[in-house]
Amino acid sequence: MPFDYAPAPESRAIVDIKASYGLFIGGEFTDATDGTPFKTISPSSEEVLAEVSEAGPSDVDRAVKAARRAYTGVWGRLAPAERGKYLYRIARIVQERARELAVLESLDNGKPIRESRDVDVPTAAAHFFYYAGWADKLDYAGLGPAPRPLGVAGQIIPWNFPLLMLSWKIAPALAAGNTVVLKPAETTPLTALLFAEICQQADLPPGVVNIVTGAGETGRALVEHPDVDKVAFTGSTEVGRAIARAIAGTPKKATLELGGKAANIVFDDAPIDQAVEGIVNGIFFNQGHVCCAGSRLLVQENVYDEVLDSLRRRLGTLRLGDPLDKNTDIGAINSAAQLARIRELSDVGESEGAQRWSPPCELPEHGFWFPPTLFTGAGQSSRIAQEEIFGPVLTVLTFRTPEEAVAKANNTPYGLSAGVWTEKGSRILWMAGRLRAGVVWANTFNRFDPTSPFGGYKESGFGREGGRQGLAAYLTRGGPGA
Amino acid sequence: MSTGTLPDVSRDDASLRAFLHGLPGVDQVGAEARAAMLSTRSIKTTSKQWAIDTAISMIDLTTLEGADTPGKVRNLCAKARRPDPGDPTTPQVAAVCVYGDLVATAKEALGDSGVHVAAVATAFPSGRASLTVKLADTKDAVAAGADEIDMVIDRGAFLSGRYLQVFEEIVAVKQASAPAHLKVILETGELATYDNVRRAAWLAMLADADFIKTSTGKISPAATLPVLLVMLEAVRDFRASTGRQVGVKPAGGIRTSKDAIRHLVMVNETVGEEWLSPDWFRFGASTLLNDLLLQRQKLATGHYSGPDYITLD
Amino acid sequence: MPRPATSRLDVRKTYKLYVGGAFPRSESGRTYAVVDGKGSFLANAAQGSRKDARDAVVAARKAFPGWAGATAYNRGQVLYRVAEVMEGRREQFAAEVAAAEGVTARVAQSTVDTAIDRWVWYAGWTDKIAQVVGNANPVAGPYFNLSVPEPTGVVAVLAPQRSALLGLVSVVAPVLAGGSTCVVLASEDRPLPAVVLGEVLATSDVPAGVVNILTGRTAELAPWLAEHRDVNAIDLCGGDPEQAVELERSAADNIKRVLRAGEPDWTSDPGLLRLTAWLETKTVWHPMGV
Repeated sequence: MPFDYAPAPESRAIVDIKASYGLFIGGEFTDATDGTPFKTISPSSEEVLAEVSEAGPSDVDRAVKAARRAYTGVWGRLAPAERGKYLYRIARIVQERARELAVLESLDNGKPIRESRDVDVPTAAAHFFYYAGWADKLDYAGLGPAPRPLGVAGQIIPWNFPLLMLSWKIAPALAAGNTVVLKPAETTPLTALLFAEICQQADLPPGVVNIVTGAGETGRALVEHPDVDKVAFTGSTEVGRAIARAIAGTPKKATLELGGKAANIVFDDAPIDQAVEGIVNGIFFNQGHVCCAGSRLLVQENVYDEVLDSLRRRLGTLRLGDPLDKNTDIGAINSAAQLARIRELSDVGESEGAQRWSPPCELPEHGFWFPPTLFTGAGQSSRIAQEEIFGPVLTVLTFRTPEEAVAKANNTPYGLSAGVWTEKGSRILWMAGRLRAGVVWANTFNRFDPTSPFGGYKESGFGREGGRQGLAAYLTRGGPGA
Repeated sequence: MSTGTLPDVSRDDASLRAFLHGLPGVDQVGAEARAAMLSTRSIKTTSKQWAIDTAISMIDLTTLEGADTPGKVRNLCAKARRPDPGDPTTPQVAAVCVYGDLVATAKEALGDSGVHVAAVATAFPSGRASLTVKLADTKDAVAAGADEIDMVIDRGAFLSGRYLQVFEEIVAVKQASAPAHLKVILETGELATYDNVRRAAWLAMLADADFIKTSTGKISPAATLPVLLVMLEAVRDFRASTGRQVGVKPAGGIRTSKDAIRHLVMVNETVGEEWLSPDWFRFGASTLLNDLLLQRQKLATGHYSGPDYITLD
Repeated sequence: MPRPATSRLDVRKTYKLYVGGAFPRSESGRTYAVVDGKGSFLANAAQGSRKDARDAVVAARKAFPGWAGATAYNRGQVLYRVAEVMEGRREQFAAEVAAAEGVTARVAQSTVDTAIDRWVWYAGWTDKIAQVVGNANPVAGPYFNLSVPEPTGVVAVLAPQRSALLGLVSVVAPVLAGGSTCVVLASEDRPLPAVVLGEVLATSDVPAGVVNILTGRTAELAPWLAEHRDVNAIDLCGGDPEQAVELERSAADNIKRVLRAGEPDWTSDPGLLRLTAWLETKTVWHPMGV
């Protein structure tokens, strides 16, 4: 008798989703004054979860004013150690409400509960813990003596790791002494709104964190607001470009974390079973909705058959389905729009002559779903080898020598991440020295840690998040030349 | 014959070394991460019921103590045939595992129940004796009626690179074991690295092992999930290369139902359902059986059970 | 029927050693009377012996691999938890400090608050010190070269004699933050806050043996620790100035890392002195080539 796993659903009862949400400004939930409310749905079932406010220009203005008041009146004057203690409180409450946050994240985003429970939420808590400890140690951060905060930060985050991206933005900004206005993505506002509640539970001074929900227009209003000192954006290169243009000539500082088309490079002496896990993790973790996803597999030609056979066999054990089932590996695509884009690019791949393959996969009737997919027979000039698909689609290419692997890996306007699989240490380091990418993973992939700086080269953006280097985004240097 | 389509890698030490050292390496962190991820599978309700009963049917119920007596072995055999006197629907275990000199007692106690008798042999657990002694040990157990022989490899020879010696010993013991099945214990705790586990597993299979087994249970660490993962991968790859299916037995340190279920999940997702039967997968365990019975009782009655409701032996 | 007495007799605390996660009395059976600033009796503290010191070093050594091998994040979590538990015992600590140091309740409270905040400060260093004192080195050749800090091992700490809590925290927390373990000789005349700190450590997920606290005569016990060959480093902070040179000579036997005697102003910024004193630097080379 086959070992079919019976349904093992995580209960939804732990989370209390309200029918509608206002904006979080000045420490309170408040109605939007202009802007049209919109709905957020569960992408695995298309069920409406809640109605969410859209922050119009005057709401954004209110939020920035609240952030400015908090900055000059309270946060900017607070002893650094006390700032740190607020962040420690927030970190602890995130840990306490971890299960609730994980369930809510999976409902709103579509990602498997195993991932939100084991990766997103714990890493978000860890980011707050890490940066809490920097608040009173900024003199040691390598930015000169007494570096200063920038003021009010306008932060815009994507839908792929909503709570985690929020922590990457808010934790360092607050630790450095800034106040923030953050706009979550329009398809995934709910964990940000629960985070607002957590700020209240931590007694965070009003206005230090403000959450304004909305879509592109809200984001534009925030970026263009004259009293925002710093813009931090994670999202597509296309929007990043627009932001860089919008702030040109202004005193605003920016950091951008944009798209990628990372090469995952497998050599003939790779630890094959772990490399296959790394390939799978690289592109199918989070349904491939990862800016640093290993979306191009560069496999050394002399082990092509062996690696592909192993990979196909391994894809057969992936479980696609209800995000709240603890055994699900692949969840839902975040939105109808994203699904359409993935389908479109996959069709392009086929029309370019690549061979498409997916393991047998039953897709649920409702919701947005795409099976894990491989394209073989593609070349460097295929669109599916150049354009970011942002879905569970892997394009397979081959190479012969290390030089060729490096050249192909670098032959892209992007430069966020890369993977290298080989048992030979010197080759790992030789490759790492030549790959034009902000993050190089050797014999692993998609590892994140609050101490480890993350960010891209070239059109994948500039600035780093995480680590000591991540503080630079939110401070100006102290000392000579400051 | 046993190497199938592989070239004759066992013709000399150098060829054997080249083959074994040419197998893909194992990244420790990656292997342990995969094992940890598989441990997060949540097995509930009907799957849990199935897994518990399957695990019970895969147990080699074991007693390997200096103080073992015929009385002890008879009690164990009674338990093996009827694990839960209060619930006759409980499956029997696969086998009883004892020292060679108690095989006859076990055989008589088990009668025609269908539960096998497995005997440890070859100077178990250390393996430190001459080949003559090891073969005599094996033959005695077979003569007494053992259905299965669990041998140990010479770890000293393996670690000092005398692969051919290890190979030839296994071949000799396999011949001496006939018609019994041969399980080859790698003693992975002494092999120390996952690369060595992979090599030893292949070595044993090339030498015609019917089963590869992790440990004697006499040292720590015994069976661990990452070690099992590497062995299952080896068994999978061996079958792909040669067409021959080899069984796997983790032994030692598997005490709870949760552990056992994690092992079954790992088998399921690494080599597939063909290995999910007592013919191809066994647990070398003693206390595990009682924990499985407690869980079985809980599923049947709906409330938690206790030690008073299961027999000691 | 007479009315029952309205005042309640308190259940007084026993002050023992803290070694290997447990609270034993001294194996010597000795105790000594601890008095407050006015000379009034406070309690009998255990008077530690050389064998207690020996056992404490064994416990610290046993705990070292686990503590040093824990992730920096985990160590930070544990140290933050210590601060949480200390915060819960604010009043108790304030009473102990007031009695031990002969200060007013208000001053004692302020000292305790600073001690708790000092602990939080060090909790935040565990996963950052490597980024501040470690670095890649641009060697002149095709080699990857990385210098990283590592904990030195078992540190003997002679706690400050006068600052019974704040000074104590300031010499103990940096040892832990860097991943080392310690044997602490509490202030001889003001040992009671140290014992309460031991109780906090025992209930805060700090693994047994990471911190061991001995009370007793500093001059008697310090030489045993200074000479001990399984102790890697010694903080002579609270050591008797008369003994200090001799202790330093003894420590030279196995080339211990030594911080000399003397107490700074504990309320000021500690800087990196004590954090880096107990860190080694390991430099690794690896070629870069196909």
